[in-house]
Amino acid sequence: MQGNEACAEGALAAGLSFFAGYPITPSSEIAEILSQRLPRIGGRFIQMEDEIASMGAVIGASLVGVKAMTATSGPGFSLKQENIGYAAIAEIPCVIVNVMRGGPSTGLPTLPSQGDVMQARWGSHGDHPVIVLAPYSVRETFELTVRAFNLAEQYRVPVILLMDEIVGHVNEKVRLPHPSEIEIIDRQKPMVSPEDYLPYCQTEDDIPPMANFGEGYRYHVTGLCHDETGFPTNDPAKINSLLRRINRKIERYRDDIIEVAELELGDAEIGVVAYGSTARSARRAVIMAREEGIKVGLLRPVTLWPFPEEQVTKLADQVKRIIVPEMNLGQVAQLVKCSAEGKTKVVPLTRVDGEPISPQQILDLLKK
Amino acid sequence: MDYNKYLRQDKFPHIWCEGCGNGIVLKAILRAIDRIGLSKDEIVMVSGIGCSSRTPGYCDFNTLHTTHGRALTFATGVKMADPKLTVIVVMGDGDATAIGGNHFIHAARRNIDLTAIIFNNYIYGMTGGQYSPTTPFGMHGSTAPYGSIEHPFDISALAQAAGSTFVARGTVYHALLLDKFIERAIRKKGFSVVEALTPCPIMYGKWNRMGTASNMLKWYQGNTISLKAASTISPEQRGEKIVTGVLVDIEKPEYTEEYNKLIERVQNMG
Amino acid sequence: MGFRYEVRLSGSGGQGLILVGKVLAEAAAIYDDKNATQSQSYGPEARGGASRSEVIISDEDIDYPKATNIDLLLALTQESCDKYYKDLKDGGILLVDSEYVTQLPRGNFRNYKVPISEIARSQVGKVLVANIVALGIITELSGVVSREAVESAILSRVPKGTEELNLKAFRVGLEKGKALKEKD
Repeated sequence: MQGNEACAEGALAAGLSFFAGYPITPSSEIAEILSQRLPRIGGRFIQMEDEIASMGAVIGASLVGVKAMTATSGPGFSLKQENIGYAAIAEIPCVIVNVMRGGPSTGLPTLPSQGDVMQARWGSHGDHPVIVLAPYSVRETFELTVRAFNLAEQYRVPVILLMDEIVGHVNEKVRLPHPSEIEIIDRQKPMVSPEDYLPYCQTEDDIPPMANFGEGYRYHVTGLCHDETGFPTNDPAKINSLLRRINRKIERYRDDIIEVAELELGDAEIGVVAYGSTARSARRAVIMAREEGIKVGLLRPVTLWPFPEEQVTKLADQVKRIIVPEMNLGQVAQLVKCSAEGKTKVVPLTRVDGEPISPQQILDLLKK
Repeated sequence: MDYNKYLRQDKFPHIWCEGCGNGIVLKAILRAIDRIGLSKDEIVMVSGIGCSSRTPGYCDFNTLHTTHGRALTFATGVKMADPKLTVIVVMGDGDATAIGGNHFIHAARRNIDLTAIIFNNYIYGMTGGQYSPTTPFGMHGSTAPYGSIEHPFDISALAQAAGSTFVARGTVYHALLLDKFIERAIRKKGFSVVEALTPCPIMYGKWNRMGTASNMLKWYQGNTISLKAASTISPEQRGEKIVTGVLVDIEKPEYTEEYNKLIERVQNMG
Repeated sequence: MGFRYEVRLSGSGGQGLILVGKVLAEAAAIYDDKNATQSQSYGPEARGGASRSEVIISDEDIDYPKATNIDLLLALTQESCDKYYKDLKDGGILLVDSEYVTQLPRGNFRNYKVPISEIARSQVGKVLVANIVALGIITELSGVVSREAVESAILSRVPKGTEELNLKAFRVGLEKGKALKEKD
């Protein structure tokens, strides 16, 4: 099974029933599979006129209470940013898949890249919450797609699944979990009557319950800064409390949201921080280096945003240097540097020629 | 009729300027809804950005104020997720035909059952009177201080060419006709468009020395002609007058119904 | 490190190399119960342009899914042969379509010049299945997958109605591969 196929399967397993998209390499297989599968389970697929429209349709569908997703790549991801910001401020659960290809602009449509890490976090204007997950295998793509929906529903945020061309297109053997083994989280619905419903109320957990359109709770949703009733406001106190709350939602649940994988870190003297398909090369490089007696370990952020700062700081305390291989000009290396706080040397290993970073390249750097 | 039962009373006074026609369009929409007898829970009113797009905020429906130009895209998602809902989309001329032009023609092409009500005042009012895609040639705005040298869209003709199954043009001067058009548009199963000509005396009127708000209303009286009347005279006699009335009313398979059939078909394939 | 076998299938877009890669990987992973990955690299267009499909077969987890030290290279065009032979390991297998690849690179390779397209045309009746003929030859020459596994994988991947044609092409390829091995 291919990564893109596993993404479609994971979405269906998570309860997806609406997909809107626009064709773009290398993500199109996701749309193709879902156009075939969704109507079979009574769900709906639509190919919109562009990426902006796809994102809008996903938000509209989610407001009616269905689980909704779109999938794209670089240029389309740029277009989606406008409405990703809307989903963030209006707190509409949704999942956006970006199978990264080389950029900027049309760039390298068929070749891998990891150049959208910063865009995934900051691509839409203003301070806004998003969660970004980066799978490194076909199996993990399935699992993280399910998790993306769960996080979106639980925290009422847009969740971005940041794949790359290699993970999207590699075929490998997977055993999918039985539906009974898959945990599904649904958004919390209001417990109060429509008269008492405040769609954006300050709750103890910072996550207001969400009513579905058409079920008697006639409320207002807007992309303007709004108060607890959902209506626009210019009151500084109310604006402040809205913007701090929607961003705090992510910060206060960091420990639940952040997931990292570790390999051979116990006695490591050199650390490698790698994610997505590059972590596959890094894993192999670590195994090869260990065979040569080099004490090296791998820290793999599965959650890219919020960034696992504490885990990196801990690693920086332990190792003499940290190598960060990635298919961009050092986007995560910068984050690692910040988290390492000068405690250790951070060495970026960058590549932007459309070719993956090989295990040998990482090994060579480890030996230096 | 009792307008108040459809309004969120605590949201008034509204933000519209004195002499603005938007309130007249809003009342026409409410009269149409009242005549059809729709329940407030089954209506989703969607808008984009601009003066007209504040309309849903005053209405006690499920209301969705989206991003500039994108109202039809959100509305498409709502309608597909629950085709039983009645989805009414209110947009301005810039919203629907400039930044949202692509969504507009594709919603029409797809023939999805949405009712698009376009408040056409020939200008971007909220942002300060910049010229829009419907500003007539030679007319002025804050970004066309020497007069516009672009050719305007005819929204109704655009809607028709793109495949809308119902298109009507009315004006706020002919307010009682307007609600009849809107009623038929909502009842129509398919993509329906009502182009409502509505004055912006503060921006468009001032830039083009159109006089008072009531003068602008009278301008609609003098410069429009009903489809029926227009059909009895020659094009020369009609001159520059804008034709109002139901311009398109045709039958075509509707998208969400077709999708339901598709679901049934593939599920029966086993 | 355990067993790792790398195959690169190269030519131009539209020659069905990605399908061959998928079939080979599935044969190894699903029907022969090894680990396998298949990945691809191609240009922006669906037809023409350089295309390659890579299969890694291993008895342990495969991290890096790209070929760097190739055991078997299939080249259906001169361009792909010239471009990729450098990654072929010492003593590796180089299989080319002799109709399109006339200049063989120097190196310590086991070279096989086979008129693959011509065989598909004359012995199977359709040049379109040259890719499956090549798959048959690869199955024999590499010995990394069983013939039964590849046949099962072919049946699960090819369009309905073309099963017989593809199986025939595969068997013609197997025979050719066998003959080549006997000559060695």
